[in-house]
Amino acid sequence: MHLAYPAVLAVLLFCTGLYGVLARRNAILVLMSVELMLNAVNLNLVAFDVWLRDTLHAGQALTLFTIAIAAAEIGIGLAIVLAVYRNRGTADIDKLRDTAEGTGPDPADPEDPAAPAQKAEAAA
Amino acid sequence: MTTTTLAVLVPLLPFLGAAAGLLLGRRAPGFVRPLAVLPTFAAFVLAVVVAVDQGGGKAIDAATRLTPTGSVPIELALHLDGFAVLVAVLVGLVATCVQLYSTGYLRDDPRYTSYAALVSLFTSAMLLVVYSGDLMVLLVGWEIMGICSYFLVGHYWETPEARAASLKAFLVTKLGDVPFLIGLFALATDAGTFRITGVVQAALTGGIGHPTLIALLLLAGVAGKSAQFPLHTWLPDAMAGPTPVSALIHAATMVAAGIYFVARLLPVFAASAAAMTVLAVMAAVTMVGSALAALAQDDIKRVLAYSTIGQLGYMSGALAVGDRGAAVFHLLSHGAFKALLFLAAGVIIHAAGTNSLTAMSRMGGLAKRIPDAYWTMTVALLALAAIPPFAGFFSKEAVLSAAEHTALGESQVAPSGAGWTVLIAGLLTALLTAAYATRLWLLAFRGRGAEAPDHGKQPVVMNAVLWVLAIPSIAFGLTTGYLGDWFDGRALTPAVTTSVLSTGVALVGGLVTYAAWRHTSALAARTPMGAVAAHPEGDGSLVEEEAIASHTRVYGDIASAPDPADPGRLLLGPLHRHAATGFHLDAVYSALFVRPVLAAAALVRFLDREVVETYVRGASAAPRWLGWAVRRAQNGNVQSYLSALLAGSLVLAAAVVVLANVTAGS
Repeated sequence: MHLAYPAVLAVLLFCTGLYGVLARRNAILVLMSVELMLNAVNLNLVAFDVWLRDTLHAGQALTLFTIAIAAAEIGIGLAIVLAVYRNRGTADIDKLRDTAEGTGPDPADPEDPAAPAQKAEAAA
Repeated sequence: MTTTTLAVLVPLLPFLGAAAGLLLGRRAPGFVRPLAVLPTFAAFVLAVVVAVDQGGGKAIDAATRLTPTGSVPIELALHLDGFAVLVAVLVGLVATCVQLYSTGYLRDDPRYTSYAALVSLFTSAMLLVVYSGDLMVLLVGWEIMGICSYFLVGHYWETPEARAASLKAFLVTKLGDVPFLIGLFALATDAGTFRITGVVQAALTGGIGHPTLIALLLLAGVAGKSAQFPLHTWLPDAMAGPTPVSALIHAATMVAAGIYFVARLLPVFAASAAAMTVLAVMAAVTMVGSALAALAQDDIKRVLAYSTIGQLGYMSGALAVGDRGAAVFHLLSHGAFKALLFLAAGVIIHAAGTNSLTAMSRMGGLAKRIPDAYWTMTVALLALAAIPPFAGFFSKEAVLSAAEHTALGESQVAPSGAGWTVLIAGLLTALLTAAYATRLWLLAFRGRGAEAPDHGKQPVVMNAVLWVLAIPSIAFGLTTGYLGDWFDGRALTPAVTTSVLSTGVALVGGLVTYAAWRHTSALAARTPMGAVAAHPEGDGSLVEEEAIASHTRVYGDIASAPDPADPGRLLLGPLHRHAATGFHLDAVYSALFVRPVLAAAALVRFLDREVVETYVRGASAAPRWLGWAVRRAQNGNVQSYLSALLAGSLVLAAAVVVLANVTAGS
């Protein structure tokens, strides 16, 4: 079999996964898309392993590692999603923005933080 | 124990007492009073034992090398001669009296613990100065006294007067101490040692290269510490401290240190006729000026402060004519009666509820209310006015006859011009001293008007201390015949001419003041003035603090009061206005030093605020704008971060491909 078939399939899978990760809102679907991307990589690994006729089959061995790690990752990921859903009633990634920078002082007025200090000095 | 061991214990005991008082004061309040009084008293007893052991004979010297310095060595040295042991006895006596008196005077004071510890430290520093045989060790005690006086004068730091006075005392004495330090180094470089014996030896054999320069530098420090013109201005203001502290500073420590220092190193000063003349002129100006100023003061303690400056002038006068025996004799007798004057003034202030003579002169029966203070104060004032047979008469006589000897050319230590200066100024001051002593006595005890407010009985300990100090004030003159042997062996007995002259002018001064008072006291009833702080339950320090704080508000001035019934006003005439402010010396200093410093500070402030700070602000603005831009990207959406990551990776990949092609193509 020509190498192009699995390679193209892998690219399609990867792009689908990438689209899902970047565009889907539901956290579970995002995780599924991550799995798709991982599997695209697995496919590549196996295909190239065969094509290169590697006597040690490093590609296939690495694939087994990837599958094991992906299983662990999806387990933790789903647990987190479950916990977040129980806490907040939603698993929408758009709404989980706790790490956003607060709306701090507007730098349009750079004198702002210095002004109270000057007043305190004048009072002293 | 040997005399040396005892002498080491004398400064050490009050120091340990001070340390223990500071450490234990909070935890064990019951120990504070014993820890204040007992070490000082023990030091006094040991000082007496040391004096008896030494006996005015050959000086005892002991020294131990501190550490190798590479050049002039510094040694922990003792030098016990007649001067040292007698001055130490005076310091111990006055310090013990002050500590005892303070237990009554600051009975309810919340800061008594630190106060008592500082007084002990002050005493210890003065005893170190007295016994030390090494100039560097002496300087340590000298500077500890400076800082202690700062803390003690500022004891009532709630009042702005006390804060200003403590800073002024510290800065003015430091102004003298800087040249003093330079002078000490120059002296040690010339003499090759810091030991006083070595320095004196070098001075006697002509080993000092620049005697005039060194003597003048040292005189600056002496003028600062001993409150001589022109560095005396801190002393009257230091009256804002508690009365026992004033007694301690004026009688035994601090101001005595300068005189004692010159007495110790007299050969160094005597090596330069110019320095002796400067000292004589300084003494004369100080004496006459302070006596005039004392006549115009309204605060009873300020009168005494100016009188201290004047009496110190006598001592420097004696030194300027080369008779250190007379100077230290006057130092001893003055220490006794000036401590008594201040402590009695403390009782008067407590009983009268005011420190203003104007208010006291409108108060009847003050003498009957406090008979102990009345009688002892009378004794002390007679001693101050040098009326025979009180202590002050003999010591002042010794000074004046020494000046007469020099003036007539019988003594070759100092130029005869210095002798004439001191003699004439001394006689004039004797007149003025008698005048202000009489004025003080008449205004304080012979007031007429409403009965003095009742502040209850004075604590027994305060009255007892007064009588203890009255004994040397009355009887110290008896020792005149023997004291000469303790000092340089020169007789200190009064000479007929100067005795008659000075007693005569003193009587004239007293009588003229009495006549003036008879003339003016009728006016007192017509112009009611004065304010009284009544605290029947309070201790002396509370009353005094209020009196100091209210004086400016009541009379419009810290020093004087617009009282037409004041005999000093009649006697001084147009001079009164200038004398009340200390001849405007404070204004001169303010124009010369204070205002330039303030202007420089304003300039520095402008440079810092407007120039330097602009750069700092500019440096901070750029990162702030950058940070703002970066912060905008942190919207919390993981997917946008990932998109940015992807875009970045693509750009990098594209760049790598392009660069690889470019390099491959070239």
